[in-house]
Amino acid sequence: MTTITSVTAARTPPRSPIPGFRLTLGYTLFWLGLIVLIPLAGVFFKAATLGPAEIWQIVSSERVIAALELSFGTALLAAGLNAVFGLLIAWVFVRYEFPGKRLFDAAIDLPFALPTAVAGIALTALYAGNGWIGSWLEPLGVKVAYAPLGIVVALTFIGLPFVVRTVEPVLRDAEQELEEAAASLGATRWQTITRVILPSILPSLLTGFTLAFARGVGEYGSVIFIAGNIPFVSEIAPLLIVIRLEEFNYAGATTVAAAMLVLSFAMLLAINALQSWSNRHSSRRPAAAKES
Amino acid sequence: MSSTLTIATGTAASQRSAITEATWVRRALIALALAFLAAFLLLPLAAVFTEALRNGLGTYLEALTDPDALAAIRLTLIAAAIAVPANLVFGVAAAWAIAKHEFRGKTFLTTLIDLPFSVSPVVAGLIYVLMFGASGWARPLIDSVDLQIIFAVPGIVLATIFVTFPFVARELIPLMQEQGTDSEQVALSLGASGWQTFWHVTLPNVRWGLLYGVLLCNARAMGEFGAVSVVSGHIRGETNTMPLHVEILYNEYNFAAAFAVASLLALLALVTLAIKSFLEARHGAELARSHGH
Repeated sequence: MTTITSVTAARTPPRSPIPGFRLTLGYTLFWLGLIVLIPLAGVFFKAATLGPAEIWQIVSSERVIAALELSFGTALLAAGLNAVFGLLIAWVFVRYEFPGKRLFDAAIDLPFALPTAVAGIALTALYAGNGWIGSWLEPLGVKVAYAPLGIVVALTFIGLPFVVRTVEPVLRDAEQELEEAAASLGATRWQTITRVILPSILPSLLTGFTLAFARGVGEYGSVIFIAGNIPFVSEIAPLLIVIRLEEFNYAGATTVAAAMLVLSFAMLLAINALQSWSNRHSSRRPAAAKES
Repeated sequence: MSSTLTIATGTAASQRSAITEATWVRRALIALALAFLAAFLLLPLAAVFTEALRNGLGTYLEALTDPDALAAIRLTLIAAAIAVPANLVFGVAAAWAIAKHEFRGKTFLTTLIDLPFSVSPVVAGLIYVLMFGASGWARPLIDSVDLQIIFAVPGIVLATIFVTFPFVARELIPLMQEQGTDSEQVALSLGASGWQTFWHVTLPNVRWGLLYGVLLCNARAMGEFGAVSVVSGHIRGETNTMPLHVEILYNEYNFAAAFAVASLLALLALVTLAIKSFLEARHGAELARSHGH
């Protein structure tokens, strides 16, 4: 009896006894299509009407390439910084106790809650030549505000919680018995960290990195105030889209937008593939350990 | 050999040191982490309030009671009052379909719901300009009803709905999946209707998660800048939200007023964080597992 039911169950998914499936799924698809999918598809339809020569002419213009390079480059750098410091912060908050921990813990989410324009003008005020931090850095020859470095600062601010909040739960669930085992087998603390702990949190670290990177590439509000917005130097791709729109150059705006969407989806796919590879790689070890 | 020796002579103290770091390393790591948080997160927050009050309380209040500022506050509240309930209804419907039922393409659907998070806010605004702008492809649909969408309030609401689209759904889906369908099946077998089951069984179980999602959705809705900026047209007193008003004042070198309006948004962020921490501390078990402490 049981085999028969399980066989038929495998063929057609069992009808859930919970009602409302058609209604809620129908509404979900309708609203998703109306608000997200159809409008987004419009970008590619619009780009498709341009013809390959025109698209290539727009995308290969020096200003567009400079903006795309800047957006992806600074986002990559900021996501890298966030991976390092986000991991450190997650580690400190999961493993150690110290006064003021709950307050600082709540503060980590500030970039999620603070509007990007507010972050932008606040960071500019701090890093400008007369600001609290800028007045220290500029005599040293480090120009942050109105320079590409300012973009990295803004994107680091925006991306930090993505890494911390992705790594934290994995680090919290990590079994300390494994570390004890490594230590009792003679591993030094450094070996335990690099050979036992890091591999187990690497997938979550990559995920956090990806999220911070994806957010950074498209970020606009916090960047435009601090960047200085000089074409070829500190003009990010989203700003170039806005400029083209203000010139009523819809073809230019659409092409840059489509290029950004394609590039970010490609990089997200690549990093997802890397992540599933590292998942398989790290899950092979305990299995091998069990066999031996 | 040496490890045997350690275990043999191992006291509780040396056992402990094997799975944690030396005190000075610990202190250095804590100091480094807190210094980073202070420099990158707390200093900007402090700067907002310092700059806002730089010219005294009088200028501060004047900036906030300016008619254009009040109009911006009103428009921000209107946009959030439409966008948040719209995403609430969507989030509940999507979570009900995805978490309580089995069907093909579920993972793909969840990915699509998350899509707005990986789209640049500027592109989010652009897609509606391409649809409803001067030569937009969906123009024939709205020309018959004479409705202005771009450079008007409907466009601002649409862009806000887009950027806050996944918030409620992505909070509810994992939570309702964790809870399963047992309680609902019991209620249904006792004769409750589908609607009664949802209202009296499912909803009370997810109420804190729902509030959590709504809270984050609202913070983003009120603070959205890029998407709204593209569709707004920046008409003072008419299509300016609070973040856009901040930008205009800032570009006019009216820094005190810009930071005054920004400080209201920063207060909103602080209230959001306070309620969020409260929910995580008190009702962590009733939130999706990724936030539960």
